[in-house]
Amino acid sequence: MPKIKYVEHNGKEHEADVPVGWSVMEGAVKNLIPGIDADCGGACACATCHVYVAAEWLAKMPPKTDMEETMLDFAQDLEPNSRLSCQLKVTPEFEGLTVKMPKSQH
Amino acid sequence: MIAPAGKGFSGMAERIVIIGAGQAAAQAVATLRAEGFAGALTIVGDESFPPYQRPPLSKAYLQGTFERERLFLKPDAFYTEAHCELILGIAATAIDREKRTVALADGRAIPYDKLLLATGARVRKIPVAGADLPGIFYLRGIADVDAMRAHFVPGAKLAVVGGGYIGLEVAAVARKAGLDVTVFEALDRVMARAVSPRLSEFYEKVHRDAGVVFHMNTGVEAFEGAGKLQAVRAGGKSYPADIALVGIGVLPNVEIAGAAGLACDDGIKVDRHCATSDPAIFAAGDCTRHHGRDGNLIRLECVQNAIDQAKHAALAMVGKPVPYGEVPWFWSDQYDLKLQIAGLARPGDRLVLRGDPATRKFAVFHLRDGVVAAVEAVNAAPEYIVGRKLIAEGQRVAPERLADQAIPMKNIA
Repeated sequence: MPKIKYVEHNGKEHEADVPVGWSVMEGAVKNLIPGIDADCGGACACATCHVYVAAEWLAKMPPKTDMEETMLDFAQDLEPNSRLSCQLKVTPEFEGLTVKMPKSQH
Repeated sequence: MIAPAGKGFSGMAERIVIIGAGQAAAQAVATLRAEGFAGALTIVGDESFPPYQRPPLSKAYLQGTFERERLFLKPDAFYTEAHCELILGIAATAIDREKRTVALADGRAIPYDKLLLATGARVRKIPVAGADLPGIFYLRGIADVDAMRAHFVPGAKLAVVGGGYIGLEVAAVARKAGLDVTVFEALDRVMARAVSPRLSEFYEKVHRDAGVVFHMNTGVEAFEGAGKLQAVRAGGKSYPADIALVGIGVLPNVEIAGAAGLACDDGIKVDRHCATSDPAIFAAGDCTRHHGRDGNLIRLECVQNAIDQAKHAALAMVGKPVPYGEVPWFWSDQYDLKLQIAGLARPGDRLVLRGDPATRKFAVFHLRDGVVAAVEAVNAAPEYIVGRKLIAEGQRVAPERLADQAIPMKNIA
């Protein structure tokens, strides 16, 4: 199971083993990691699972769908490395991935 | 998000009991603790599961591509850390408003200071002959899907009774799994209660192209079979069927509230703070009748309303009331199509089409007095997201602009 590091806005780090096929969002929710609310449960409808993907990992992430792109357009604290974690489906290559949560989800 | 352990959870503190263990219950616990509620919390649910997501049941869970574990809204540790007691598999049977206790089916009576009714809704049963034959299914909970899925084998004949969200989502999964699917719909169009005629027409065609057979304007008269379902009788004819899925709507679970003398009217009546006619009792989610944004009394069956009403109820319960007025939103997954709806359509709205349904990517905007009141978007995220914002802001947009795809949604208003 890939190990993913989640970093809260205040710098607090959490690590979780997330099953392949789950989303990065589910990994946080199921491990009670604060900063990812995911109100809609992963329907890509609420933008409360916004994360920043560490630079060296960006190229390894799946491409954004139109839906994600549009949701992010309306997200607070948007950065070039912003993603919606419900759209990041975990593969074995995610071992060691680091994501940070934005201030607005603090 | 969760209050520190070991502090303020004594029996002396205020006690909140939540009846129902669905989406609204889980949200209420999260919000109550986040807002500093330090008293005792108990959830009572008649299903044996902690709160879980229902939307995937008729989609990925039925298809078998989403494990049960992923349905649960929160891990068990959430309830432990939130000091929330879960009483599961035991129904609440009565509320004693004078003594402020909730009676449970096992004979216990548990005390409350404030009560949240998150009782949800149950499926409407079809009142025809043969309706209790084995092979006839409804879809509301995990157990329903677990029972039905074993019958989802290629070549099996599935009769879908009711062409609403549930019936059509199940039809889509069933076609993918290789079943023969026939839909019986009593009205002249599918999803008639939920979408505009153009969407109904589009979805009926999509399903027909996928091989689904429709009998419109055709109510089911009986189920036939010796010992198990063998045929569906409709419009005076018999249609062979191995299994049937009945999806003809839900009824709000108001009985416990009604018996306790709370005001009900096809839903437990609540004010903008989700308070019932008893100020110590609140209600949230599918079970409520409440004022919509336009002031009309409505009842909603959706995740959005469960989450948002639970938040507002929790805020009111901790003395930080904020009136509820969020824009409702809904979604449905069928085949490769994501339908997203925001706002509530009304008869008489002016409809504006943006995009071409033939491209399987389009939206229908509903204008009321020139203001965007609702949007139905098929594989059209910008239209949905921007539309939802326009509705919330009560924006006036010229219909020609909405129809003009050369103008990006971002710049539409």
